[in-house]
Amino acid sequence: MNVSSRRRLVLLYLVVAAMLITLGGRLWYVQVMNTTTYRNLAEQNQTRDVIVPAVRGQITDDVGNRLITNNAALTVSVDMMELSRRPGGAAPVLRRLAPLLGISATVLAEETRQCMRGVPAPCWAGSPYQPIPVAQHVPDQVALQILEQRAQFPDVSAQVQPVTQYPEPYGADPAQVLGYLQPITAQEIKSRHLQVTGFSGVDLVGQAGLEAQYDSQLRGKAGTQVVSVNAAGDVTGTVRQTPPVNGDDLVTSLNAQVQADAQNALDAAVAKSRSEGNNPRQAAAVVMTTTGRVVAMASYPDYDPDVWTGGISQQEFNYLFGAGSGAPVINWATMGQWAPGSTWKITSTVAAVDNGYPLGGSYDCPASVNIGGHNFINDGNPSEGPMSFTEALIQSCDTVYYQLGYDMYLSDDTQSNDVTSPNAPVQKMQKTELAFGFGQPTGIDLPEENPGSVPTREWLYYYWKDNAYAGQDWCKYGKEYGSYVQQIEWQDCRYGNVWEPGQAAIAAIGQGYVTVTPLQLADAYAALANGGTLYSPRIGEALISPSGKVVRYINPPVVRRLPASGYTLAYIRNALAGVVTSGTAAGAFGGFPLSKVCVAGKTGTAQVYGTQASSVFASFAPCGDPKYVVVAMVPDSGFGADVAAPAVRQIWDGIFGLEGHNAAVPGGAVPSALPRITAAGAIQAPAGYTREP
Amino acid sequence: MAGRSPVSYSSGGLATPRPGAFAGRPRSLLTRAFARNSALRSTDWILNAAMAGLSAIGVLLVWSATEPALRAAGLNPRAYMEKQLAWVVIGLALMAGVSLLGGRRLQALAPAFYGATLLALVAVLSPLGSQVNGARAWISLPGGFQVEPSEFAKVALVLMVGRVFSESRRGVARPAAVPGLRSVLLALACAAPLLALVAIEPALGGALVLAVVAATMIVLSGARLRVVAALAVIVGGGITAAGGLHLLKSYQLTRLTSFLHPHAKLSAAGYQAAQAKIAVGSGGMFGTGLFHGQVVAGNFVPSQQTDFIFTVAGEELGFVGAITIVFLLGVVIVRALRIAARADDLFGLLVASGIAVWFGFQSFVNVGMTIGITPVTGIPLPFVSYGGSAIFADMIAIGLLQSVHRRRRVFD
Repeated sequence: MNVSSRRRLVLLYLVVAAMLITLGGRLWYVQVMNTTTYRNLAEQNQTRDVIVPAVRGQITDDVGNRLITNNAALTVSVDMMELSRRPGGAAPVLRRLAPLLGISATVLAEETRQCMRGVPAPCWAGSPYQPIPVAQHVPDQVALQILEQRAQFPDVSAQVQPVTQYPEPYGADPAQVLGYLQPITAQEIKSRHLQVTGFSGVDLVGQAGLEAQYDSQLRGKAGTQVVSVNAAGDVTGTVRQTPPVNGDDLVTSLNAQVQADAQNALDAAVAKSRSEGNNPRQAAAVVMTTTGRVVAMASYPDYDPDVWTGGISQQEFNYLFGAGSGAPVINWATMGQWAPGSTWKITSTVAAVDNGYPLGGSYDCPASVNIGGHNFINDGNPSEGPMSFTEALIQSCDTVYYQLGYDMYLSDDTQSNDVTSPNAPVQKMQKTELAFGFGQPTGIDLPEENPGSVPTREWLYYYWKDNAYAGQDWCKYGKEYGSYVQQIEWQDCRYGNVWEPGQAAIAAIGQGYVTVTPLQLADAYAALANGGTLYSPRIGEALISPSGKVVRYINPPVVRRLPASGYTLAYIRNALAGVVTSGTAAGAFGGFPLSKVCVAGKTGTAQVYGTQASSVFASFAPCGDPKYVVVAMVPDSGFGADVAAPAVRQIWDGIFGLEGHNAAVPGGAVPSALPRITAAGAIQAPAGYTREP
Repeated sequence: MAGRSPVSYSSGGLATPRPGAFAGRPRSLLTRAFARNSALRSTDWILNAAMAGLSAIGVLLVWSATEPALRAAGLNPRAYMEKQLAWVVIGLALMAGVSLLGGRRLQALAPAFYGATLLALVAVLSPLGSQVNGARAWISLPGGFQVEPSEFAKVALVLMVGRVFSESRRGVARPAAVPGLRSVLLALACAAPLLALVAIEPALGGALVLAVVAATMIVLSGARLRVVAALAVIVGGGITAAGGLHLLKSYQLTRLTSFLHPHAKLSAAGYQAAQAKIAVGSGGMFGTGLFHGQVVAGNFVPSQQTDFIFTVAGEELGFVGAITIVFLLGVVIVRALRIAARADDLFGLLVASGIAVWFGFQSFVNVGMTIGITPVTGIPLPFVSYGGSAIFADMIAIGLLQSVHRRRRVFD
């Protein structure tokens, strides 16, 4: 045995000692000095926060008919993130899946591609990490087939997810009013601090209509479940949990029957107008109580809200948002900004009286008046001679109001007309128009609403600034000696901010720069009908908690009183009753049982250059004690008496049960009490009312 | 020879000493067992105790590591534990048997064992071998058993290299002579096929153990330092070349370097290392107790009953349990070195020190990879990790140590 072996063995002792000391020291460092760090890491590893979504509240009409319900349905979703990573990609799996779900492979491929720059519309807008729901209400057998053939359908899952349904009682489909839900975006999660489950089919947020307006009440509060998991991610138990609080139900003042009547009336009006060779693309009707509650709000064209579930296809998207189809997704009752035509004359009358013109005075109705070098004719009518305001409204004499508009223009602060400033004072007549609520949003409980336009000097200034000030379109296309439109643009490029007599005259009959939304018109007529109180309309009536308690009553707030005495308003109401019996609407209401329900109203026909006339009818009933207002606007369709008035008549028939229609509201009164919603989810109509069988 | 003294019962009339006067009295089995130089008394009981302690802890840890998954799968939750226990019992028998073999017998048996191991390693690569986790390292036997020849390669290497250096002495005049270049090359020639066959399985960890053991044995053989240095240069150059030629599979490189930055990218190896550290670290001073580890129950550390068994100890037994295991491993290694130092021939010294290095290197790398100081390699923790072949090889090694211990020098 040589010595070097033993000497070298000693070295080995040292090496072993060093190793043991290293291990011991490191163990002390990791286990004793850093316990907390690693315990926290272990905790993160082993538990997952699972968000338990709350069941979204339902939306009902005034007697408790469900307009939107939310329940659970077997849903098939595809995890594209994982699927596209597989060899061969997602395409073969989707091709196998499509026939099973009964949809075309192309549609399925479109619905599951991620939205990004350059990808046309039907695409998945949610997170790429979320499984994409592709089919709901899947039969059990299909779900089982998918779940059992994992090799055939990898990363495809079938699970129960909440699903929104639209029962459409009586055929009522206020799709644009109800709005729709869409997968929540990362921005919304951040800005609204919402808890999300990570499952796209569950993390929905209201994007339009009532669903958006009352989203925070309807959605409830998600619960949290902390579960323990193993390395494979399988849940092994629950550590702790806070249960979800379900969303409140929203009871609206919409009445499903009236809503259905309004929709049918619009469909019929549009069909009629088309049969006469016109081509209206949009229309809207609003039914309100004179106390500011919306009973029906119909927007044409309508669409089936079921398209929103499970993502929409390119075809559906084009239809919903396309100009060619009339953009059905838009609620034209609050978004349409159309000329009111002669329905506007109630504001001009009030303005005149407010500015010292006697209510009982006599006003000349010539065949034409010359204002600022232009001839303004009394649309197709010969000279009628002097007449009262009643007669002027019944016959809808334009020249009376042209003259009033011009006279008030002259007596106004004319120095301000040339001043190009947003601070210039509001003209006398336009002041009254603003007081009726025009030119500003009504403040209805819907997220989307246009303000319409009242040509105040301020409005004119901005209008000019937006179109001409910096050499925009008016100046680009305007020609001094070009076509009619080019001449106007050339003129407006230079003087568009000047308030001119011609504009004042034409604004007095609800044309020119004047536009209103159907809702504004209804709201103004409600104020006229109720004696002068202008409300901010409301669709929601009450929010009811899951336990059946009323959380909040929603009442239409009073905006202001009209600048008119009760006497003036009664005078105008009386005149509008005459419109229906012997005026411009007499034909449209021929044979209507006015003895049972007295309807008063005003026709409107606004000429819009380059299109057919807009047909408008605004009315209220009963004449003596008005309870409801019904307004219909059908732009590009023909005369008000021809298209809108018959539609409104049909709606009145429906409300009161006249001319062979069923009465939507018994005794002509909408319920004053709320439907009762029990904790178990059963709904009881208010006493004296019945729900859809 | 102990217990075998000749006993004469002649009845002649000569005044010879009374029959049996010089003979040992007939002794009971018990007496013989505790005789001065009996197998029992010449056994290193401290080594055996440490080995038994580690094996017992191993059985418990294997049980705890596999119980939740087996229970969840609806299988017998003690299935792995029972198998491991069986292997430990068989291993103990193997150990006892080997410990009774003398040095000469061992040297004589070495080539046969070596040859059998080589054959098995070749068989692994043939269709007889079965692939697990990307490595062809197992031979399937009927009855669902699998043998991992690379574990036995360690035994074969220790015996064969020991024999090469011991033989070289016999023919030489000076027994204490320094082994020549010829012996060193012969030793290398014996080690190389084992190493190569294990490396191409591929079992990088096993090959590393063989390389380190072989290298240490060559150094301890007393070979001249310049021979050792020259060898080191050649081997170092070879490794560099292998790296340059991308002979290492990419996952091997990843595993070798991922411990440097375990959280950087959660590759499989990095994930394993990070999870292992979390498991060990979360154990704290006293651990969660057996069967109470959450990381263990969740199966977060892959291979937690085999190569990563130490994470189970770390989490469930805490620092106290972990340091106990390290201490027991230390006892085994130090006793092996002590046996090496007291061996009465070079064969004994080399075999014992080779085993010490084998256990030492495996322990350090295995424990180290769970606490982030060594790379993740497929090396089992001696006596503790689940696996029959490893247990058998470890136990045979203890048997070898005991055999060497019996022939220790009484005087230095």
